[in-house]
Amino acid sequence: MPANSRTQIFTALHAALPQSSPLPDLPAEGPWKIFKDPYTRFVSMVESVGGTCTRAATSADANRLLADLTPYKEAVVRCSLVPNVGDSTFDLDSVADPHELHDVDFAVLPGEFGVAENGAIWVTDNGIPHRVLYFLPQHLSIVIPAAQIVHNMHEAYARITPQQHAWSGFISGPSKTADIEQSLVIGAHGARSLTVIAVEAI
Amino acid sequence: MKVALFIPCYVDQLYPQVGMATVAVLDHFGIQHEFPEGQTCCGQPMANSGYVEQARPLAQNFVDVFDGYDYIVAPSGSCVSMVRNHYSPFFYDKETRAATVRRNTLELSEFLTNVLGIDKLPGKFSHTVGLHQSCHGLRELRLSESSETRTHRPNLLRSLLATIEGISFSTLRRPDECCGFGGTFAVAEEAVSCMMGQDRVNDHLQAGTEVLTAGDMSCLMHLEGIIQRQQHPIRVMHFAEVIAESLAAVPSNVSQPGAR
Amino acid sequence: MTHATLAENFIAAGDRSAWHDRALWFVREKRDRQADDVPEWEQLREAASAIKQHTMSRLPDYLQEFELNAKRLGVKVHWAVDGEEHNRIVHSILQQHDVRRVVKSKSMLTEECHLNPFLEERGLVVVDTDLGERIVQLREEPPSHIVLPAIHIRKEEVGDCFHEHLGTEEGASDPKYLTEAARQHLRQQFLEADAGITGVNFAVAETGGFVVCTNEGNADLGVSLPKLHIACMGLEKLVPRAADLGVFLRLLARSATGQPITTYSSHFHGPRPGAELHVVIVDNGRNKILQSPEFRRSLNCIRCGACMNTCPVFRRSGGHSYESTVPGPIGSILAPIREPDQHKTLPFACTLCGSCTDVCPVKIDLHHELYAMRNHLDQQQKLEGSKKLSMRMTAGIFQRPALYRTAGRVARLALRWLPRFLVYSPLNMWGRQRELPEAPSKSFRELYDERHRKN
Repeated sequence: MPANSRTQIFTALHAALPQSSPLPDLPAEGPWKIFKDPYTRFVSMVESVGGTCTRAATSADANRLLADLTPYKEAVVRCSLVPNVGDSTFDLDSVADPHELHDVDFAVLPGEFGVAENGAIWVTDNGIPHRVLYFLPQHLSIVIPAAQIVHNMHEAYARITPQQHAWSGFISGPSKTADIEQSLVIGAHGARSLTVIAVEAI
Repeated sequence: MKVALFIPCYVDQLYPQVGMATVAVLDHFGIQHEFPEGQTCCGQPMANSGYVEQARPLAQNFVDVFDGYDYIVAPSGSCVSMVRNHYSPFFYDKETRAATVRRNTLELSEFLTNVLGIDKLPGKFSHTVGLHQSCHGLRELRLSESSETRTHRPNLLRSLLATIEGISFSTLRRPDECCGFGGTFAVAEEAVSCMMGQDRVNDHLQAGTEVLTAGDMSCLMHLEGIIQRQQHPIRVMHFAEVIAESLAAVPSNVSQPGAR
Repeated sequence: MTHATLAENFIAAGDRSAWHDRALWFVREKRDRQADDVPEWEQLREAASAIKQHTMSRLPDYLQEFELNAKRLGVKVHWAVDGEEHNRIVHSILQQHDVRRVVKSKSMLTEECHLNPFLEERGLVVVDTDLGERIVQLREEPPSHIVLPAIHIRKEEVGDCFHEHLGTEEGASDPKYLTEAARQHLRQQFLEADAGITGVNFAVAETGGFVVCTNEGNADLGVSLPKLHIACMGLEKLVPRAADLGVFLRLLARSATGQPITTYSSHFHGPRPGAELHVVIVDNGRNKILQSPEFRRSLNCIRCGACMNTCPVFRRSGGHSYESTVPGPIGSILAPIREPDQHKTLPFACTLCGSCTDVCPVKIDLHHELYAMRNHLDQQQKLEGSKKLSMRMTAGIFQRPALYRTAGRVARLALRWLPRFLVYSPLNMWGRQRELPEAPSKSFRELYDERHRKN
């Protein structure tokens, strides 16, 4: 009986409470590490986690980058949710069931900004019909505005409101695992590769 | 200043030379000392086994025996930690006598460095020394920075020993992994204890340690037990013995630079 | 069985123990490199500890706030007093949706409640999708580490397991090849699942949402395809504000695996359109821990596993030697609180070295709690009588200085004069692999007396 359990738990909690202690302030500009060149740090972190990050002046340059990528070239089923970057080989709007996306080889998706300290990119379901596109395709490219790199996670949280999205998150690099004898394997269940493109013109 | 020697029970019975080396070091720096006869044990073996109440009479005895001294000095980080950090259940906060005794109980390297202000040791010790960072001295008394934390503490003992002419330190793969003694653990979990000790010994062997030293004879007893069973050419000495040996040829001079 | 016996067996099994020790020490070293990279590391730990401690001191308020905000987002919130109730609630939700096949990402809470067997007994298929968890699931054994569930298993053994269950080549042991096979196999499971179950790394009171962190992407795949997501959390997993996640997400992966952040840190705020999101909040003894001044800081735990990686005993004895859902230092506190009879040897599987306390990102005073737990077990009269008696006798000797001096003299005499075969008999556990110290003829106090008489 849910109501009873809830009451039981709260009653016990109230009886058990320790003495109050203060909640620390967490200023976005605290004693937190910042970087002289956040973009360079971001790139090196993306690389250290198995991804790549390249700068492109315009969307056209971004397309040239993609065209050179082997997984993109070899992709049979592609889609893009980034205006003017990449293309879709099918009509994403007509996909009602995310299961239909199981054979997507390459997806080009937007990211809002990067985090220099750890190479993570903040992504949300804003304008994304199926969030599974960030996980199910074999290969991913995430496009971010090159100027939008914050130093660290505190700065990141100062600018986001995750509660506005049913799903949002940080993505750092392609999927991976080291569960078999601590041997790092890139490409576990999510994307096998992550190509970050930082476009200046966005 | 009135200084009392606090010699752990097992050092008293099994490693008296460590106590005598402590005496020799204090003598060298002109420190007058006493050995209160009523001391026996700080109570750590009982408390660590979960029988905290059994340590109560021993804690009370400790305070009674050492009351009135300016400093109580011990060549043992774990015993000093017991007194400073784990005697709270036995005394009320307002018992200033107990609080004073506890506060004044110092490990030997703390005493030499922080009280006597010694920053340079005369004498010679031309050996490669493997410094074993006994856990209680390290993580309870904070005599050095542990490899886990990032608080930029200095390493008291290493800094002190480093000033001895001719000394060099071996580079260990795991600078402060526990030796595996752990009190009754050494016997109750013998397999793990000896594997841990063996790994320490192997680390010292690969690092080229000639003399293995530390601040706790308990660790050294365990490591020496393994070394002797396997007949490795490593000499095991408490750091008090290292300092005493290096000072042996140096005439005592109480107004030495660095000694208050 | 006692930890000591299981540990001894693990050590005796060829070089598995040494290999296990090296593997986890490597993870500890990666963690160290991360701590080096963050100059404000100790301030982060302090902040994390303070946030958790504050949260515990106002837990009912924050739980209420979380529930209110979650419900506003369309989340269905459930409360479970114990593991059994948690299992019933989860099963009931699944039944209501005609679920046959569930995919589950790593959740120590569901392990603690033994959810899998409960669901399987009722005819559901439960597939653990974290690679390490899938391996142990196929091998029908419990995970041995909360973050690296298969750390005790060699790649050849994974190869054998996958050959039997996934049809990989016999004798194949290349991690890439095996991971690829698991990818294909689990991809099918994701696509065929009727529901996804996840744990909760952090729940945020201020927003009514929660965060799930993985490297593999299995949690997200598990909940972004089916229309039902059930998230299971212990009630201590709460943080007050979204900004607090900045602290915890900086500490979690660095402490757990030596990475700056997990590949995926997904924030869930309400169900996606046309789908359902349920959160089951579980007590299961946490209240009891909160009540205890000695042990309540263990509720700070964010399940990073750093204490296991650094523990010299854990590394050499393996997680299974603890016979507890959560093993290692933190487990050796949590398990005896819940079941003292079953787990009373765990706080003694420890030298009190304190390394665990120093790596803990939320500054739980682990080794002090282990020390306190030993006394706590004695006060509950759970400890073995014979050891207590011998300790009492020893304490008695120590209380009488004259008796102590005599006993010491006798012991030394015995050590010096007894023949070796008697001293090093099988009864002498110390002497199995170590020499005993040489017993001197005079104690320190005798030497000191002599010296002073001379002077």
